Amino acid sequence: MRLTINGQHHDIDASADMPLLWVLRDLVGLTGTKFGCGAALCGACTVHIDGVATRSCVLPASAVVGKQITTIEAIGGTPLGKKIQDAWVAEDVPQCGYCQSGQIMSATALLKTTPKPSNAEIDSAMNGNICRCGTYSRIRKAIHRAAEG
Amino acid sequence: MTTSQSNRRDFIKSSGLAAGGLWVGVSLPLAGRLAEAASVAAPPTPVTAFVKVAADNQITLIIPKSEMGQGVFTGLAQAVADELEVDWQKITVESAPVAEVYHLPFVPSQFTGGSSSIAGSFAAMRKAGATARLLLIHAAADTLGVPASELQAEHGMVIHAASGRRLPFGTLAAHAATLPTPQDPPLKDPSQWRYIGKDMPRVDSRVKSTGKALFGLDVRLPNLHFAVVARAPTFGGRVASLDSSAAKAVPGVIAIKEVPSGIAVIAKHTWAALQGRKALKVQWQDGAGATFSTSQLAKDYAEKVKQSSMVVHTLGNPSAVTTGEHLEADYVTPYLAHAPMEPLNCAVDFNATGCDVYTGTQFQTGDRAAAAFVAGLNPEQVRIHTTYLGGGFGRRANPASDFVREAVSVAKDFGAPVMTVWSREDDIQGGYYRPQAHNRMTATLAADGKPLLWTHTQAVQSLTRGTPLEKMVTDPKTGVERLQHEGASTMPYQIPNVQVSVHDGRAPVPVLWWRSVGHSNTAFAVESFIDECAHAAGIDAISYREALLAEHPRHLATLKLAADKAQWGKKLPAGRAHGVAIHEAFNSVVAEIAEVSLVDGRPHVHRVVAAVHCGIAVNPRLIESQIEGAICYGLSAALFGEITLEEGRVQQSNFNDYPPLRMAEMPAVEVHIVPSTDYPSGIGEPGTPPIAPAVANALFALTGIRARRLPLTHTSFSPTKPA
Repeated sequence: MRLTINGQHHDIDASADMPLLWVLRDLVGLTGTKFGCGAALCGACTVHIDGVATRSCVLPASAVVGKQITTIEAIGGTPLGKKIQDAWVAEDVPQCGYCQSGQIMSATALLKTTPKPSNAEIDSAMNGNICRCGTYSRIRKAIHRAAEG
Repeated sequence: MTTSQSNRRDFIKSSGLAAGGLWVGVSLPLAGRLAEAASVAAPPTPVTAFVKVAADNQITLIIPKSEMGQGVFTGLAQAVADELEVDWQKITVESAPVAEVYHLPFVPSQFTGGSSSIAGSFAAMRKAGATARLLLIHAAADTLGVPASELQAEHGMVIHAASGRRLPFGTLAAHAATLPTPQDPPLKDPSQWRYIGKDMPRVDSRVKSTGKALFGLDVRLPNLHFAVVARAPTFGGRVASLDSSAAKAVPGVIAIKEVPSGIAVIAKHTWAALQGRKALKVQWQDGAGATFSTSQLAKDYAEKVKQSSMVVHTLGNPSAVTTGEHLEADYVTPYLAHAPMEPLNCAVDFNATGCDVYTGTQFQTGDRAAAAFVAGLNPEQVRIHTTYLGGGFGRRANPASDFVREAVSVAKDFGAPVMTVWSREDDIQGGYYRPQAHNRMTATLAADGKPLLWTHTQAVQSLTRGTPLEKMVTDPKTGVERLQHEGASTMPYQIPNVQVSVHDGRAPVPVLWWRSVGHSNTAFAVESFIDECAHAAGIDAISYREALLAEHPRHLATLKLAADKAQWGKKLPAGRAHGVAIHEAFNSVVAEIAEVSLVDGRPHVHRVVAAVHCGIAVNPRLIESQIEGAICYGLSAALFGEITLEEGRVQQSNFNDYPPLRMAEMPAVEVHIVPSTDYPSGIGEPGTPPIAPAVANALFALTGIRARRLPLTHTSFSPTKPA
């Protein structure tokens, strides 16, 4: 199957049910997208499918043939993605950092549709992304910073 | 398709070897790969084991501690950089390999735990910076032919003020490395610190915000294979029979291999390994724990604490106290999984020079010894490459080295490097939990309401029995491990008669330290029960504590700061209440005041005001994030966290039934630091113990219902009582 990942075509030799997460990580070598739960419970694997935040760990790769797949590796190439990553750095959001790829992908999708989100809108959009280190307050601050910047 | 060659380049790139500027990476001391990296950038010159200087004056600091989110790469870089006199922008940081020079000051091993990241290495790392500075100054003295006393280091240069000559460190490194190491280099006066005590930005924020940080699961090696292991559903269980024909037929599966912990499925990628494991037909022989249940253990413990236990701490004459108001209560805490965001993993590469192990570990020395043992090599032939840790919380510091040992077994004789990957279900069900515990508390109050007598009897498993660490943490007189009763035997309240006892629990469940170790259990019992005493005495919870803490000025200062900042005693909106707890762990004192309400009958924590006494605040911003994180971690457990077993089987499996706190549930946390010039003390863990009792005490203030069992889901809180 042919996938379009970060604007580049990749011919993938994989079974149709192989989740996009493992295609990205183990076949294409894009390890920025993380494995956390394998059941769409934690959001660590969040990518954009045609701009929509999607959990890649339960998404068969065959379902996204012909769609635009964007990962953390490329999100900084967009002005909004860059702004969000800069806000993350400015607020020193990450602790262990493992969940932050997914957090940033969810945050970028949020700001795309809701440029000035309220706290409640942030909580609602980000509630599928778990952080065991407890960086939630700084994530919220960073999203506000990116929205204002 | 990406090739292994480009994967290798990715590894090197994300390891920082190819990048300039402020990067952070893991070390790659493999000769072949270093040679390859050398074609990208000239390797920096090691001046000492801790400091490398490149020709372009980039400084690499080697940090002998694992970065698992606590900010140690940043905090210790501050200590070295300040003494070394280099600019923050020029610094890069990497993980140390395993070597004696990187051992902790007082323990012959490399270990990240016990909240010792900065506290344990602050002095040593300052000295490391000062040593390298002096070597560079001596090198400059030789070069310029002037006495070293006429030279000083500034901004990565040695300066001869008299002649105005300035030599960048990069020009001095090679000569400095050949000079004898000065023994007692002078350290800066704290008034001269440029970085220590400041909110220096984390050195790893950028790589962790761009997907470039290299975690264990991200290691890619030529021809790397991926494995998952089918483990027995009961602890201690064994394979009785195996039919692997269907698993072998799964595309991508390369080998099925029995290892001591179960059946490994080795495949070209993780998905194939997972599918292969599903297709295994394994009959398991039950382990010793096949009839075990946590509910039965709770009943057994409740009986055991009424019987005689080993006394570990006595003050006064407890049995002589016969009159006064008698209180008693039982506090129960569950098994807990650590559930770091990054599931456990370990990549192992057997090669001509021995064995390379790539993993995010908190215990390099132990893991190296275990890997060598399983591999049949000498420890010197095993190289541990520490990646970033996607959370640790104690799970990656296992004296039994379970995930490293297993990964070496999987890769041994396979013929290619293999990464063993744990799924989330493997992680939740794989053991090594914070132990379940029972605390029986009694107190006798005098007429003035103060306790005359305090007894605390625990039933809890030992964390280190049968491991190399057992002797280090066990009292030879009683045979009881200190970690079981820390926080109970060290209870600070001034009470004339005290007795603390431990019933050494036995259960067929592997246990391990969990953020704050024994304190997460004992603080819940002590700080809830002292609240019960205050209530029975009719005295305000903070005043009551203060009256019993006169000999503990750090506690008093911390409690007062928290009370002031939270405006303790001020009337809160209807339906809300405050609760307080204070606890010392890892030499730091943390007080937390939680503001709670009930939402649909369930506890909700709106705000937590924390005060912390941790000595010199090396980086206040890191301290704030550690306390926030410790509260989030402890609150997840207090509200929902519980591992239960029935018929030896763990009942939880993933974040649906072992739910961590999510953003909407995270309270606003305020962190206030008590100013101090004391030596830095622990910060990663001490924020966790007070949160459960602070919340439970607040819920009591709100509802009159005392939660004595965690998680709080076991307590039904009635609607808010009228104000």
